Amino acid sequence: MSILNLLKIAFRALRRNKLRAFLTMLGVIIGVAAVIAMMAIGQGSKQSIQSSLSGMGSNMITVQPQSNTPGSVRLAGSSIQTLKLEDVEAIKRLRSDNINGLSPVVSSGGQAIKGANNWPTSITGIVPDYLHIRQLELQDGIMFSDNDVKKSAKVCLLGKTVIDNLFTDGSNPIGQIIRFKSIPFQVIGTLVPKGQSNFGQDQDDIILAPFTTVRNRITATTYLQSIYASAVSEAASDAATAEITASIRESHKLLPSQDNDFQVRTQAQLIATITATSSMLTVLLTAIAGISLLIGGIGIMNIMYVSVTERTREIGLRMSIGARGKDILMQFLIEAVLISITGGILGVLLGITSAYLIAYFLQWPILISQSSIVISFLVCGVTGIFFGYYPAQKASKLDPIEALRYE
Amino acid sequence: MANKILELHELKREFVMGEMTVRALKGLSFEINAGEFVTIMGSSGSGKTTLLNILGCLDKPTEGSYFLDGIDIKGLDRDELAGLRNKKIGFVFQSYNLLPRTNALENVELPLFYNKEITADERKERAIKALEAVKLSDRFDHTPSQLSGGQQQRVAIARALVNEPVMILADEATGNLDTRTSYEIMALMQDLNAQGKTIVFVTHEPDIAAFSSRTIMLKDGKLQKDSINENPRSAKEALASLPTSDDY
Repeated sequence: MSILNLLKIAFRALRRNKLRAFLTMLGVIIGVAAVIAMMAIGQGSKQSIQSSLSGMGSNMITVQPQSNTPGSVRLAGSSIQTLKLEDVEAIKRLRSDNINGLSPVVSSGGQAIKGANNWPTSITGIVPDYLHIRQLELQDGIMFSDNDVKKSAKVCLLGKTVIDNLFTDGSNPIGQIIRFKSIPFQVIGTLVPKGQSNFGQDQDDIILAPFTTVRNRITATTYLQSIYASAVSEAASDAATAEITASIRESHKLLPSQDNDFQVRTQAQLIATITATSSMLTVLLTAIAGISLLIGGIGIMNIMYVSVTERTREIGLRMSIGARGKDILMQFLIEAVLISITGGILGVLLGITSAYLIAYFLQWPILISQSSIVISFLVCGVTGIFFGYYPAQKASKLDPIEALRYE
Repeated sequence: MANKILELHELKREFVMGEMTVRALKGLSFEINAGEFVTIMGSSGSGKTTLLNILGCLDKPTEGSYFLDGIDIKGLDRDELAGLRNKKIGFVFQSYNLLPRTNALENVELPLFYNKEITADERKERAIKALEAVKLSDRFDHTPSQLSGGQQQRVAIARALVNEPVMILADEATGNLDTRTSYEIMALMQDLNAQGKTIVFVTHEPDIAAFSSRTIMLKDGKLQKDSINENPRSAKEALASLPTSDDY
C-alpha cells in the first residue's frame, strides 16, 4: 500500500462529504486564525512599546532622589533635595569606561512668551551630553556648548509643540528671543519631533537650556531633580548602575547600614517591566485562541467517530477486498490530517487577513511572525494525528464479517 | 487438468458463546476445480454463511484444513489473509456494497488500490476492461444512485473481476433483484464461467442453482448432497422465455 494510494483514497473519501469536511475544518480554521491574529496583535503591541521605549534611549540610566525616611518621616519625592551637583562630579571623577554620557537635570514649569503668544511649558536645564543620552536630534540650528554652560548663557533649544504655539506665524524661530519667567532666551536650535511617549506625554513640549542658566536664574536652588547618564551599551548598563550607585553613596557619606537616599533606574529595566506585561498579554490571548484550536481538534475527533460508525460497511468492504487493518488506520488518519492541515492552511490565510484588517481599520500595530505560522501549522498536524488516531484505530480493529453485515 | 482451486478437509468451525459452544460446521470435505460454477445451498442455520466467510478468507476454521489455490490459510495472520483476499478472491455481495457518491470506474478500481504492484495507469486500464466485460462501458462516471440495481450489481461484479481472482465468491448476489435482472446477472455469470472463471455462488433459491454446473447442499453444518448438474439451464434462454414487458 503506497502512501500515494492512501492519499488518493482519503482524498476521495473526503470529496464524497465536502460539506461535512468543510464544517469540521471550520473549527480548525477559526482556531488557527485566532491564534495567528492574536499573536500578531500581541507581538505587534509589544514591539511598538519596545521600539518607542528604546527610542527614549535604551542605554539610559536615571538617578532620582528618594526618601530614606530620616527620623521616620517619609518625604514626598519632589521635596527631597538629596541630589547635588557634587554627585555628578563624583560620577565624572570615576572616568568609567561603562559610562559615556552624564548630565545633571533641573527643571521648572512656567509660561513661555513670544510677542503676543504664550504657552505653559517647562524648561529643562542640562549639559550637551543630554541630547545623546535621550537620543534627541537637532532639526535645525546648533546645540549650546560646554562653554555656554560655564557662562550660564541665555540660549535655548525648542521642541516642536513649543514652536507651534509660540511662532504661530510660521517664522523661523532660530535667532529669535523668547522669554521664560521673564528671562530672555535666544533660540539657537530646534529638535526633531518625537511624538507622544507610551505614557501619553508630549515629548516635544520641551525647552532645553544650559543647566547653569536654569539653576541660577530660574529655580535658584542647589539641588538637582535628577541625573541622567548613559551606558556605552545595554550590556554595560548594569555595571554602570553599580558604579553610579557606589559613587553617589560615597559622596552622600552613607554608612553600609543605611538605605540609598536616591534611586538608580535603567531604561533596560523599564523596558523589561513593560514588555513583560505585554508578553503576558500575548500569552493570555494565544492561550484563549489555543483553546479554540483544541475545540477544533475535538470536533475532528467527533466527526471521525461518527464517520467510522457511518462507514462501517465501507470499512468491511475495503477489508474484504484486501485492505489490511493498517491500511484502514492510515486512511482514516490521513483523512483527519488532511482536514486539519487544510484547515490550518485556510486558518493561516484567514488569520493573516484578519490581522491586516485589524491593523488597517483599528490602526493597531501588528507583527506576524513566521514562528507563529509554523507553530500553529505544526499544532494543526499534531491535532489531526492526535484526535484522528483513536477513531482510525477503532476502524482498523473492526471485524470484516461484522462490518459487512452492519446495518 | 483437474486444477484444484478449493480444497476442504474435515473443516470444522465452532463458536463459543458464553458457556455454550455452537458448532456451525461439523466437518466438511469437498474440492472445487478450476472452471467450475458451484452453488452452495442450504436453509438458514445450515452453516452457509460460516462456510462463505471461511471460503472468503474472512474467517478461519477451528479445525480441519482449507487450501485456497494451494495455499493453506491456517498459518496466515490477519494481514496475510487480507493480501490473499486482494489477489485470489472477488467478492459479490447481496447489497452490492458500492461506495456512495463515487463513480463506477472509481468503485471498480478500489481493490487495485490495495495492491501496490499496480500503477495508476494500469489500474484505470483494468477497471475500464472490467466494466466493459460487464457491459457497462457507457456508465463509467455514473454514481451508484444513478444506476439501477442490476447495473449496480454489475459494477460490483466488475469490481470482483478487476483483480483477476482465482475465484468469484457471490453471496446471495441476486437476492435484491427481480427475476429478470437476476437472470441477467446469472447470464453474465455463465458468460464469465464460460471464459474460464471459477464461480462459487451462495444462494437459497433452487431456481438460481439450476444455472450452475454443480450444487452443494448443506444441512446442519454437514454436507447433505453434492451433485453435478449435467445439464445446467441457460440463463439467456430463461431470459428469452420471460414475457418481454410487464403488464402494467
